[in-house]
Amino acid sequence: MATIGHVLRRPTNPTGLWNWVTTIDHKKIGILYGITSFMFFLIGGLEAILMRIQLSRAGHEVVSPEVFSQLFTMHALTMIFLAIMPLSAAFFNLMIPLMIGARDVAFPRLNAFSYWVFLFGAIVLQSGWFLGGSPNAGWFAYAPLTASSFNPGNGMEFYVVGLAVLGISSLAAAFNFIVTILNMRAPGMTLMRMPVFVWMTLVTSFLLVTAFPVITVGLIELYFDRTFGMNFFNTAAGADAILWQHLFWVFGHPEVYILILPAMGIVSEILPTFSRKPLFGYQVIVLSGIAIGFMGWAVWSHHMFTVGLGAVANSVFAITTMFIAVPTGIKIFNWIGTLWGGSISLKTPLLFSVGFIFMFIIGGLSGIMHSIAPSDAQQQDTYFIVAHLHYVLFGGSIFAVFAGIYYWFPKASGRMLGERLGKLHFWLTIIGFNVAFFPMHFLGMDGMPRRQVTYSSEMGWDFWNMVSTLGSFIIFCSVLVFLHNFFRSVRKGELAGNDPWDGRTLEWSISSPPPEYNFATIPVVHGRDPFWEEKYGAGVPAGGSGDSKSDSHEEAHHGIHMPTPSYWPIVAALGLFVAAYGLIYNFGVSVAGTGIAMIAIYAWAMEPATEPNKD
Amino acid sequence: MRAAEQLRLKIKVLYSTLDILKRNATLVSVIARITGHLRVTSSLTALVVLSVVIVAGCTPDHPMSTFDAQGPVAQRQLDLFMLIFWIALVVFVLVGGWLLYTVIRFRRKSGQGIPHQTHGNTKLEITWTVIPAAMLAILAVPTVIGTFYITNTPDGNRLDIEVTAHQWWWEVEYPESGVTTSNEIHIPVDMVVNVDLISTDVLHSFWVPKLAGKLDIIPGRTTTMWLQADAVGEYYGQCAEFCGESHAWMRFRVFVDTAEEFEAWQEAQLAQAVVPSTPEETEGAGLFLSKGCVACHSISGVPGAVGVRGPNLSHVGSRSTLGAGIMDMTVENIAEWLTDPNKLKPGNIMSLEAPVYTNPDLSLSTGEIAALSSYIQSLK
Repeated sequence: MATIGHVLRRPTNPTGLWNWVTTIDHKKIGILYGITSFMFFLIGGLEAILMRIQLSRAGHEVVSPEVFSQLFTMHALTMIFLAIMPLSAAFFNLMIPLMIGARDVAFPRLNAFSYWVFLFGAIVLQSGWFLGGSPNAGWFAYAPLTASSFNPGNGMEFYVVGLAVLGISSLAAAFNFIVTILNMRAPGMTLMRMPVFVWMTLVTSFLLVTAFPVITVGLIELYFDRTFGMNFFNTAAGADAILWQHLFWVFGHPEVYILILPAMGIVSEILPTFSRKPLFGYQVIVLSGIAIGFMGWAVWSHHMFTVGLGAVANSVFAITTMFIAVPTGIKIFNWIGTLWGGSISLKTPLLFSVGFIFMFIIGGLSGIMHSIAPSDAQQQDTYFIVAHLHYVLFGGSIFAVFAGIYYWFPKASGRMLGERLGKLHFWLTIIGFNVAFFPMHFLGMDGMPRRQVTYSSEMGWDFWNMVSTLGSFIIFCSVLVFLHNFFRSVRKGELAGNDPWDGRTLEWSISSPPPEYNFATIPVVHGRDPFWEEKYGAGVPAGGSGDSKSDSHEEAHHGIHMPTPSYWPIVAALGLFVAAYGLIYNFGVSVAGTGIAMIAIYAWAMEPATEPNKD
Repeated sequence: MRAAEQLRLKIKVLYSTLDILKRNATLVSVIARITGHLRVTSSLTALVVLSVVIVAGCTPDHPMSTFDAQGPVAQRQLDLFMLIFWIALVVFVLVGGWLLYTVIRFRRKSGQGIPHQTHGNTKLEITWTVIPAAMLAILAVPTVIGTFYITNTPDGNRLDIEVTAHQWWWEVEYPESGVTTSNEIHIPVDMVVNVDLISTDVLHSFWVPKLAGKLDIIPGRTTTMWLQADAVGEYYGQCAEFCGESHAWMRFRVFVDTAEEFEAWQEAQLAQAVVPSTPEETEGAGLFLSKGCVACHSISGVPGAVGVRGPNLSHVGSRSTLGAGIMDMTVENIAEWLTDPNKLKPGNIMSLEAPVYTNPDLSLSTGEIAALSSYIQSLK
C-alpha cells in the first residue's frame, strides 16, 4: 500500500486546469468557492424568477404544481446551502489567513477536500432536475410528507444524500477554520485583537460543528425510513411527526445564524475602513456575536408556534426569541456608532453595507413581530414570513456578500471592480429588492399562504403579486449589471495596488493579489488595527505601542516552504461522490466509492505535506 | 359602494390602532421621550408618510385579510400585531433615520483629515442595551397573556366540532348532533367553538384569518383550538401548511349562522338524503351505485353508499362550493369535476384510484356525467 502514493505522481508545478484541480492554496480554493457558489446563486435566482412568473397573476399555469413544489424546495436549498453558506466560505478561505497573518490555513489539503466535497454534494442535490425529479417537500421536509408512501420517487433521496455530503464539507471546513484561527494567528494577535470578521468566522464554525450533527441524525433516520422501511417518522406506525420538526429546527435555527454572522463580520470590517474610524464598541460587538451563537440554540421552537406545543412552551420560546433581538440591536447601534463622526467614503462596499444595516433593521423588526407568539399564528406560513426571511437573508446576507465582493475583489484579483457600475448595481439591487419583497408583507397580512402554486383572483392578491414579480425582474437586471462589471473588471479593471481603500487590517499590507506565501515576513501585531497603526501611528489603547515599523525585522524568512499541491483531496471527494449515488441507486457502487475514498485518504495520510524535493 | 366599504374598514383599522395606543399609554410615553431627543418633526413626517403607505397596503375587505377581525381570538391577535407594528414603525423611523442622517452628515469632504479615533462609549452602549431589553420585557407581558388566552378554550357554553384534514379536503363532524359534512363548517354566532383537529395523512393547518390564527394538524395527535364569531356571515379558510401537490386547492368556508339558522341547518343535515325525482337524477343515482362511487362516498338512506374515504355526499347539493372551496356548486362545475378531477386538483385519490378514471372500459360518457351531476346537485 505504501506505493499508492506513487500511482499518481504528485503534481509539483501544475499549470492550467490541473493547477486548479490540485491546488491547496487557500486563495485559489476561495476563488473556486466564490465562482461555484455564485453560479448556484444564479441558478437559485432563476428558480425564484420562475416562481414569480407563475405567481404574477391569479390562476397562471406556467409550471405544474409538482414542478412548483420542486422549485420552492430547491430555491431554498440552493440559496442556503449552495449560495450563501459557500459564499461565506469563499470569504473565509480568501481572507482569514490574510487577516490573521498566516501563510495558509491549518490543513490545506483538507481545505481542498472541503471544496470538492461541496461541489460534488451540490451536484448530487441539483441532479434531481435531470434524474426524475428534485426534492419537493420544502427545504424543511416535514414528516410524514417525506415518507415513501406520500413521496415516491427519488426526489427526497437527493435531499437526504446531498445534504449529508454537504454536511461533510461544512464540518471539514469548520474544523479547519477553528484550528486555523486558534493556532495560526501572527504573534501578538490575541483573540481580542482579531478582526471581527475572524471572530464571526470562529463563532460560525463552532455553530457548524455543533448544528450539523443534529440534522445528520435526522437525515440518516429519514434515509432509513425510506430505504429500509423503518419507522422513525412513520406516523401510520405510531411515530411522532414532531420529532423531525425538532431535529430540523434545532439545526435550522443555528443555521440562520450560520448564514448571518459572517455577513455581520464582513460589514464590521467595511464600516471602519470607509469611515476611517475603529469599530465602535469592538468588545461588545464580539460578545454579542458570541451571545447570538449561544442564544441561537434556545429559540428553535419559534418556527413551531402553530404546532400546538402548548401555552407554556410557546411563551418560553416567545421570550427567548424576543431577547435574541438585544445582541442584534447592539450590533446595529454600534455600527451606526462607527459611522458617527467618521469621514465616510460612499464607495460601493459602504453602500452595500449601509443597505445591509437598513434592510436588516426591517428584517429584525419583523422578526420581533413573529416572536409575539399569539399574533404569529396569523403570520406563520404566509408571505409575511417570506418577506421577513428575505429581508434577513437577502437584505442581510446577500447585501453583505456583495459588499464583501466589492471590498475584497481588489485584494484577490489585483484589480478594482468598476465603481460606477457598482453604484448602479447597488441602486438596482436595493430598489428591486424592496419592490419584490416589501409587498409580501401586505400579501401575508392579507392571508396569502406560502408554497401554493396559485390563488384565486377573488382573494385580491393579484396586484401586489404582480408588483413583486416586477421587482424580481429588477433584481435580475441588477445581477446582470454585476456580472458585466465583474467580467469587465477581471480583464480591464483599474489596478488596485496593495491598499486601495486605506485599509486597517493585515490583508492590505501585502500585494494584490497576494503572493503564494502571503507574507514574506510574518507580521507582529500590537493592536486591533495593525496596518492602520503602521500607517498612521498609534492612538490605539488596546494593548501596546503602535509603532509596528520597528518590528519589521522580525522573523526574516528565507526559503519559505509552502505545502505541495495534491491529487488526493479531489480523489477522496470523488469517492464520496460515487458513494453518494450508490446510496440512491445501488449499494455495490456505494461500497466501491467508499473504497476509493479510503484509498485516497490513506495515500493522503502517507504523503508529506511538502514534497522534500520541491523548493 | 365597494370603495366606500373599503374606506370604512380602513378607518376602522386606524381607530383600533389609536385605541391600542391609548391602552398602552406607558409604552407610548417612553417612545415619545426617546423621540424627543431626536429631530421630532422630521421623524414624525416620516412616520406619517410610512403609515399612509402601509395602511394603503392593508385591505380588510379581502376575504382572507387578517385586518378584519370578526371574533375575539382574531381580535386579540390583531391588537397584539398593531401594538408591535406601531412600536416597530417608530423604532424603524428612529434608527433608520439616525443611520441615514449619519451617512449623509459625515460624508467625506475633500481635504478632510483623519477623524477622531473613538473606540466606544460605555454609557451609550449600556443605554442601547438596556432600553431595547426593557421594551421587550414589557412586550413579553401581553405576549404571554395572549398566548394563554388563544390556547385555552374558555369554560362555559360551547359547541364542539371535530375537523379531520385529508389530502386535500376537510371532514367536519359535530359529535353532539352527529352531523357529518365536509369543506363547509356551520357555527352559531357569539358562541365559543372548540375545534379538535385530526389528520389522517400528512401535516395540514387550519386557518380562518378573520376568526382565528392557524393551528397545525398532525397525524397521530389531536390539536385543539377555539374560535368565536361576532358577526353572521361567510368566512374563508385555507390549509396553511404545505401538504403536497394540491395544497393550494385545500380551501374551506365557515358559515356563521344565527342560533335558529344553525339549528335548522343541523336538522336538515341529519335528514335522509332526498330521493331522485327526475329521470335524469334517477339515472344518476343508479350510476352512483354501479360505477363504484359508493366505495368512497356515503349517502344516507342509500343502501351500499357507506364509503368513508371521500366526503359524505348526503347533502352535498346544499353546500355553496365544490372541491374544497375551489368553485361554486353548480351542475356545470360538478360535471367539470367529474370529467377530469385531476385537472382541477392534481394528485387527488379519486382521479388516481376510482375505476371510472383508471379503467378505460368503465369511463363515464358525457351523458352519464350529466346524469350524475344533476343527481349530486339534487342532494340538498
